[in-house]
Amino acid sequence: MRFIRPRPTPVGPVAQARRSSVAGSVPVVACSLHTASVPFASCPIRRWQLWAGAVRSLSTGMALLKARKFSGKHEWITTENGIGTVGISNFAQEALGDVVYYSLPEVGTKLEKQDEFGALESVKAASELYSPLSGEVTEINEALAENPGLVNQSCYEDGWLIKMTVSDPSELDELMSEEAYKKYVKSIEE
Amino acid sequence: MQRPASLATLLGFRRPALPASLSRSLSCAQDVLRRTPLYDFHLAHGGRMVAFAGWSLPVQYRDSHVDSHLHTRRHCSLFDVSHMLQTKIFGCDRVKLMESLVVGDIAELKPNQGTLSLFTNEAGGILDDLIVTNTSEGYLYVVSNAGCWDKDLALMQDKVRELQSRGSDVSLEVVDNALLALQGPAAAQVLQAGVAEDLKKLPFMTSAVMEVFGVSGCRVTRCGYTGEDGVEISVPVAGAVHVAMALLQNPEVKLAGLAARDSLRLEAGLCLYGNDIDEHTTPVEGSLSWTLGKRRRVTMDFPGATVIVPQLKGKVERRRVGLMCEGAPMRAHSLILCTEGTVIGTVTSGCPSPCLKKNVAMGYVPSKYSRPGTQLLVEVRRKQQMAIVSKMPFVPTNYYALK
Repeated sequence: MRFIRPRPTPVGPVAQARRSSVAGSVPVVACSLHTASVPFASCPIRRWQLWAGAVRSLSTGMALLKARKFSGKHEWITTENGIGTVGISNFAQEALGDVVYYSLPEVGTKLEKQDEFGALESVKAASELYSPLSGEVTEINEALAENPGLVNQSCYEDGWLIKMTVSDPSELDELMSEEAYKKYVKSIEE
Repeated sequence: MQRPASLATLLGFRRPALPASLSRSLSCAQDVLRRTPLYDFHLAHGGRMVAFAGWSLPVQYRDSHVDSHLHTRRHCSLFDVSHMLQTKIFGCDRVKLMESLVVGDIAELKPNQGTLSLFTNEAGGILDDLIVTNTSEGYLYVVSNAGCWDKDLALMQDKVRELQSRGSDVSLEVVDNALLALQGPAAAQVLQAGVAEDLKKLPFMTSAVMEVFGVSGCRVTRCGYTGEDGVEISVPVAGAVHVAMALLQNPEVKLAGLAARDSLRLEAGLCLYGNDIDEHTTPVEGSLSWTLGKRRRVTMDFPGATVIVPQLKGKVERRRVGLMCEGAPMRAHSLILCTEGTVIGTVTSGCPSPCLKKNVAMGYVPSKYSRPGTQLLVEVRRKQQMAIVSKMPFVPTNYYALK
């Protein structure tokens, strides 16, 4: 299993926060430090001062908000700015083998938590994919068309499957943390 | 995704039901699997073990399935196939015994020649497929499927007893050897380094006893289950690890497991008993008419002959065919439809072909749809995909013939 490391250079929302300290718009990261699941739009406005320490704690904060959660069916999801990125776990990609075929939903597809949203197939096995949360598909990983094996080579990074909106953030609480998932995998391996 | 219940299930290997007696004795130890002489060797080499036909066998090692498959076709791979049943039939009436159970012309086998044959039942169904070799050592050497171990042994032993009671000279012995399959274009060259006999003189489907890397009493048969040139080596248990290690010393050789074994045989158009042929398929339906001996077709003296032989001239309702498609892979139990949309048959085995980068499969369709080139549909993932009836093997074979 790969541990989530805080990114050395904060990206996205913090850069936005830099700009927003001037413009005064909502700094995503700040409100996300409260709870990972509060959507962007309802965050209170907060003044933001940038300094090295804050940047460091921001990057740790970002790592926290992006903390991977796992479903019992071996999908993972990380969320950023209300968008979830979904993939399959290392345990799942190892059991499946080299992916040679994939089927993913169209952008705009609405999914309920646990809905079947596609499939991955290796030479020897086929497996359905189940949505860890409810939401709408915003993007599918086009890189898989050239190289479906990305799912095996980099299941947590380049081998992501779909991005989706998170229509009910409380569903994130029903998913397992990385620690809990590790224990879960151990229990089923026995 | 759902966790695969067992990789063996995913591989499409159907596990045959255990006979009642065996089930009872295993009831206290449901999970006890038989181990081959190479069990520890597999673990030491990173083998991922799964249950298959009551045995613990490696499905793959450290290399990926696809790498292992391609390595076999380009270099050579070593498979542990010790789970298969090896028997020797002795006595003056050994051919009579064999012919009472199988469809082939066993009497016509030249010394040290072998053939693929079929055990059949009175209804014309296939009980198992096997290789029988007429050895020059005074016995028939028979190799049959692990999944049919008890069934085949009972079949042969019952017939031995029946013939013996009628005064025939025949007996049977189970060979408690390991069986190693070395398959691929480099196989012969790799083995040559460990044997004195000239392997150029051992063509496809012939067999000889020889010393292999210092282990005497090994039987080497030029056959296999991959479509490539190669051998199966029957090794006394005490020498099995030594021979495996000696073969693995050669950089051309890599270990391969059940996963590669299945995708290789499917590309080669070879049946898997229990999936592509079973007790409910006749040899003609199974596109295995060639196994029916020329003489036997006339004498009709094999089980099920009265059902099978008429099928050669008349029509069979369905035939086993090869199928190819792009898109989602066809798997066992996928439905086959004609282009008008009516369900006409089922897929019995299928997988993405690592060599062809298309999906290949075997299935049964009514005879009128069985001609290569016929366009059909296969239902995969609730969608219908174009598929085409294809000749098998899907990938050209490389069996070694005497030049």
